[in-house]
Amino acid sequence: MNPKTANKVATAGIYALVSIVVIILIGILGNILVSGVPHLSWHFLSSQASSFQAGGGVRDQLFNSVYLLILTMIISIPIALGAAIYLSEYAGDNWFTNLIRTTIEILSSLPSIVVGLFGYLLFVVQFNFGFSILAGALALTFFNLPTLTSNFEQAIDGVSQAQRDAGLALGLSNWKTIRGIVLPAALPGILTGLILSAGRIFGEAAALIYTAGQSGSTIDYANWNPFSPTSFLNVMRPAETLAVHIWKVNTEGIIPDATIVSAATSALLIIVVIVFNFGARALGNHLYRKLTAAKAS
Amino acid sequence: MTTIISSKDVHLSYGNFEALHGISMDFKQNELTALLGPSGCGKSTFLRCINRMNDDIANVKITGEIKFENQDIYSPKTDLVWLRKEVGMVFQQPTPFPFSVYNNIAYGLKLAGIKDKALIDQRVEESLKQAAIWREVKDDLNKNAQSFSGGQQQRICIARALAVHPKVVLLDEPTSALDPISSSEIEETLLNLKHEFTFIMVTHNLQQASRISDMTAFFMNGDLIEYGTTSDMFMKPQKQITSDYLNGRFG
Repeated sequence: MNPKTANKVATAGIYALVSIVVIILIGILGNILVSGVPHLSWHFLSSQASSFQAGGGVRDQLFNSVYLLILTMIISIPIALGAAIYLSEYAGDNWFTNLIRTTIEILSSLPSIVVGLFGYLLFVVQFNFGFSILAGALALTFFNLPTLTSNFEQAIDGVSQAQRDAGLALGLSNWKTIRGIVLPAALPGILTGLILSAGRIFGEAAALIYTAGQSGSTIDYANWNPFSPTSFLNVMRPAETLAVHIWKVNTEGIIPDATIVSAATSALLIIVVIVFNFGARALGNHLYRKLTAAKAS
Repeated sequence: MTTIISSKDVHLSYGNFEALHGISMDFKQNELTALLGPSGCGKSTFLRCINRMNDDIANVKITGEIKFENQDIYSPKTDLVWLRKEVGMVFQQPTPFPFSVYNNIAYGLKLAGIKDKALIDQRVEESLKQAAIWREVKDDLNKNAQSFSGGQQQRICIARALAVHPKVVLLDEPTSALDPISSSEIEETLLNLKHEFTFIMVTHNLQQASRISDMTAFFMNGDLIEYGTTSDMFMKPQKQITSDYLNGRFG
């Protein structure tokens, strides 16, 4: 084969392979959206799930999913960021650092059902939290921390040594260089890591079945007291998320419209992830511009 | 002319490898000194000793003495923030921070404790003018400094170094990442400024050294081989190896 033909064959091969990826993705996404979107309605979004009859909605599941995501992020972002800064800026190249990295790698490949059962034993049973949003958020934090930490670490590592040197040469302390220069420069990468793991959390079911529970209590969106058992903000109440709902109506649901409900819920889940994705990017760009080209302050 | 920096028998080693074998040399105030030599000869390492940028490298050991205005900079009493305000640095790659042009310059000033907004404004303008970049950025002070061309970024970095009014500015191959036109603009900038500052510049560009430096030092394999006025060094070097290098016979 002469080089020209070889080049053509290779190009064709690469196009064929990428087409497979694109076709699979479009197929899955299209299938979910086409079969789910027609069933999305205001009624579906604003009414409670039904136990027996057709026509139930996912109001509480939708709220629970978002609420759990936010709580998990609030807990895991500071921890992951701290760990990533340590690993990237302070840790020496020794057995201890290697041990931490290996542990993170192992944890990130842990099946989520194992994290769920661990969360069940520790938070639900041992700490007596019961099936609760808090237990779910903590289990999701365990599930999320390894990936988030390594994503953050990569983002911070991506900032060139020259930037750090320039900060030090200006007389900045190590910490000020990190806070004032490295973190702003790493922000786009940090944000990408955040978005990726948010998608994973939002779609997670197995880790939540045994921690946040599979049923929702009656909740009142007008009750703003987080300590009241009926308040939507109460973190000690059991909560079913969208992903768990999909799992449940398909395994033990007895509602007659289970197929429709799960199709619509799946579509909704994907749409929320997309909206979150774009929203986080817009917020990130805004933040980056603010940090990097703000008016003199 | 007064000596502003003097080094005495400076040795530096990374682990078992000694990169500098006892460098002793004095730098005069308001002169531009060029440090020349083949790659790996220790000139950049020595330059980075002068503002203690080598401190954080793992396993590094530095002995000997470097005095800035008769103060031992390696004494435990030395305040690094003070030292780096007095001895600024510009790197090979332009390193503007990911902020606006204005904030890049103001950052060091605020760090030095200047809070007066009017004074900061004035210093920003003054240093950008000194670095010959004011005309090009004065309408874009709020634009991200990283969005400018390489040559402009480098002059912004020079302005950032000058803004805190250092006495000495270390330049580590400041033009080697730039195109010839940007390089000559930076050379001109340095020439105009050398009456106000002391420059110590590492360069690989022999013509550049002969054009703008007053003093030239030739390094090889971690030793200072020869040091003298630039015209002496280029016209009548004392050692054969210096002559060979400066005439481009190796390196």
